[in-house]
Amino acid sequence: MTLPGSLTDQYNQGTKAIAQRLYGNDAGPQSTRASNTSGMPTWLRWMLFALAGMLLLTIVQSIGDTEKLTSAPISREMLRWALPVLLAGLGGLFADRCGVVNIGLEGMMILGMWFGAWGALEYGPWIGMLIGIAGGAAGGLLHAIATVTFSVDQVISGVAINILAPAGTRFLSQEVWGSPTQSPRVDGIGDWDVPVLAGGTIFGWESPDVLLTIAQKEWWYISDVADFSRGLMRGTSLLALIAVALVPFCAWLLWRTRFGLRLRMAGERPQAGESQGVNIYLYKYVGVVISGALAGLGGVVISSPELSGQFLEGNSGGRGFIGLAAVIFGNWRPLGILLGALLYGYVFGLDLKDLDGTASHALLLLNGIVLTGVAGWAIAQRRIADGTLAGLLAVGAFIWWLSSDTVPGWWSNILPYVVVLLVLVFFAQRLREPAALGQTYRRGES
Amino acid sequence: MRKAMTTLAAPAGALALTLIISSLALWAFGSNPFDAYSDMGKHAAKLETQVDIWNRATPLYLSAVAASIGFRMNLFNIGVEGQYLIAALVAAQVGGLVSLPQVLHIAVVFVVAMTVGGIWAGLAGLLNVTRGVNVVISTIMLNFIAVSGFMAWWVQAWQADLREGESLAASNLGTKPIDDSGVLPDITGWVEVFTNDIRDNNPVSGMLIVAVLVGIGYYVLLNRTTFGFDLRSSGINPFAARAGGVPPKRMILIAMFLSGAVAGLIGLVEVFEISKFRPNQIQGLGFGGIAVALLGRNSPLGMAFAALLFAFLDISSGILQQTETASQEIVKIMQGIVLLAAVVAYEVARRVRVRDEAKATAEALAEGVAA
Repeated sequence: MTLPGSLTDQYNQGTKAIAQRLYGNDAGPQSTRASNTSGMPTWLRWMLFALAGMLLLTIVQSIGDTEKLTSAPISREMLRWALPVLLAGLGGLFADRCGVVNIGLEGMMILGMWFGAWGALEYGPWIGMLIGIAGGAAGGLLHAIATVTFSVDQVISGVAINILAPAGTRFLSQEVWGSPTQSPRVDGIGDWDVPVLAGGTIFGWESPDVLLTIAQKEWWYISDVADFSRGLMRGTSLLALIAVALVPFCAWLLWRTRFGLRLRMAGERPQAGESQGVNIYLYKYVGVVISGALAGLGGVVISSPELSGQFLEGNSGGRGFIGLAAVIFGNWRPLGILLGALLYGYVFGLDLKDLDGTASHALLLLNGIVLTGVAGWAIAQRRIADGTLAGLLAVGAFIWWLSSDTVPGWWSNILPYVVVLLVLVFFAQRLREPAALGQTYRRGES
Repeated sequence: MRKAMTTLAAPAGALALTLIISSLALWAFGSNPFDAYSDMGKHAAKLETQVDIWNRATPLYLSAVAASIGFRMNLFNIGVEGQYLIAALVAAQVGGLVSLPQVLHIAVVFVVAMTVGGIWAGLAGLLNVTRGVNVVISTIMLNFIAVSGFMAWWVQAWQADLREGESLAASNLGTKPIDDSGVLPDITGWVEVFTNDIRDNNPVSGMLIVAVLVGIGYYVLLNRTTFGFDLRSSGINPFAARAGGVPPKRMILIAMFLSGAVAGLIGLVEVFEISKFRPNQIQGLGFGGIAVALLGRNSPLGMAFAALLFAFLDISSGILQQTETASQEIVKIMQGIVLLAAVVAYEVARRVRVRDEAKATAEALAEGVAA
């Protein structure tokens, strides 16, 4: 709905000017890749970020008198709990990138949970995985029919799917397994140890466990990195490998192929695509169905032995919604979504393994350090209000850390959500969503 | 005439579609849909069931009004769930601690509930206007924080307070009971003027009157005041509204606060029923309310019908479980289908109407040219 001559245009130009001030000239609506000023390859930069993060964790661990922050079990938990959020997030990415808001991720995930478990019980884990993906994709198809063909408000359709999916799976569970809330145990598609690094076997040869050797040396920082990495490489579920491999694959698909360009066009400027003869409806359908399929795979992970080992009602636990938050957190990019999911998985997993509360307590110190960094960064950017706010929160975290020995259980429960909120509070203005996200598109109308 | 027909055809079509799909689902799994429907109908004809339906429709309606205040401004307040739970908890806590004369005591409970709900929702509004945080995401996060943080904290405290030998069952936990002076009386007596006696243990909640008042207030506020006009115009075209002198940030803050304040009333229905807040308070009313608001198209009367329909379906699950004519889960499926079918039907009706209008205009123009 635009007025002729319009205020909306003026407004858009205004925001464009602001965006250029914020991101520099190369990051207008056309450019969706991070401005890469250092000339370093992206993967190397992220690797350095990861190592720096590990250094911070090691320092905090040394000061905070705990041994859990960098241990293998924690990195293992992090990966496990990150997987559903990562997959839901990638699903949200595809939907958002083609311009369709997908609040129904949670419901599609529940469909994936049920059909994944049912398929695994009937036809074995591999086919079960495919059936679970198909279940999620069916939810996506329903969403696409409602929003693309019938122009139903995208949030409404998503809410309806979130009502339908749990009710439908309850109904099916009752009819198929005689219990509305759970299935029998299911098998997974298997685990894998990385050879040489984590002692996996290649053709019957038992390779050395290099990371374990390093981890046992107790060299400060180096052994910590080795131990943490080993947790990711030993007993890794094949589902985890698939999910992590999907991150570069999605990035390639969306940013390096003609298909991806057109799909993003549907989310940025559908009329422009239409004028070039791109069938926007088709790309929206494909994007939303892929979105459902990925969320469905996330559901398969939840029902697989990697997490619950059975369909259990309520086990999605709102992770579809957290995936949605991860999309925004990650600024609509696959690597950012991976980072958000891992952050969530880390905090969530740490809480589960942290029975005496020392690790969560040490995390307070980490919060304080990071917030101090944010404060410094904001002040350097002359955002005094942000800097002050972050500084105050940092001081609060330090005081809490000094004046207590453990943190209460409810604090660790809410920490992942508080982190998401804080990140959005300080960085929301640097985020840019697809320009036509949430808008109804009708062919021939502008 | 045709316009009226398309308006009525949409909900009728949606209802028919829902019945067809759910009948197919029931039939496919070997139940007889007609038996199930007749059980549901017979059950609903009983006076006690009707009381249950009204008592369930009341919080659903309040929840729908809360959500729709946001919808009217294009603000998606997904956080009604967290807002009502946290508001009911704090209100019951405060109500249990103070002792005041009756009217004042009740007023305190109401004011606390509405303020807490309003603040919890207003927080999301504040983050939106000052930091540009998406309301959908912040209200979802605040939901998690309210339920798994705030409520869990209180549950821990209640568990610590338990006396030796008391079980950890949820029924033993909860806030200190509110004195009778702080509990809104039920209105069973008023209803019995018109009907037979209602069972004593099944009173009609006094919150029904509050819900009706909220509905009227919502209608007046939106359609008869400048503020309501500003709110609706901000929802339809925020840029035009701003050009017309409506301050967008203040509107967002006020709308979120109002939405949360109404959400604060939802939990009071149960708090007044059992005189305290307990951890197993009915949950899910927030999301149910969103569905009701969407089904009722944000209209005060439409939402009332939608709330009654959803309440009827909710309450019917009990009888299906008893008679075992069909799986009780079918009622939730029906809720989801009716919502989706209704919005699709409304959209189709809208397109038909637009086409008819275009045709009528074209014909009128053609006649004008001919003459």
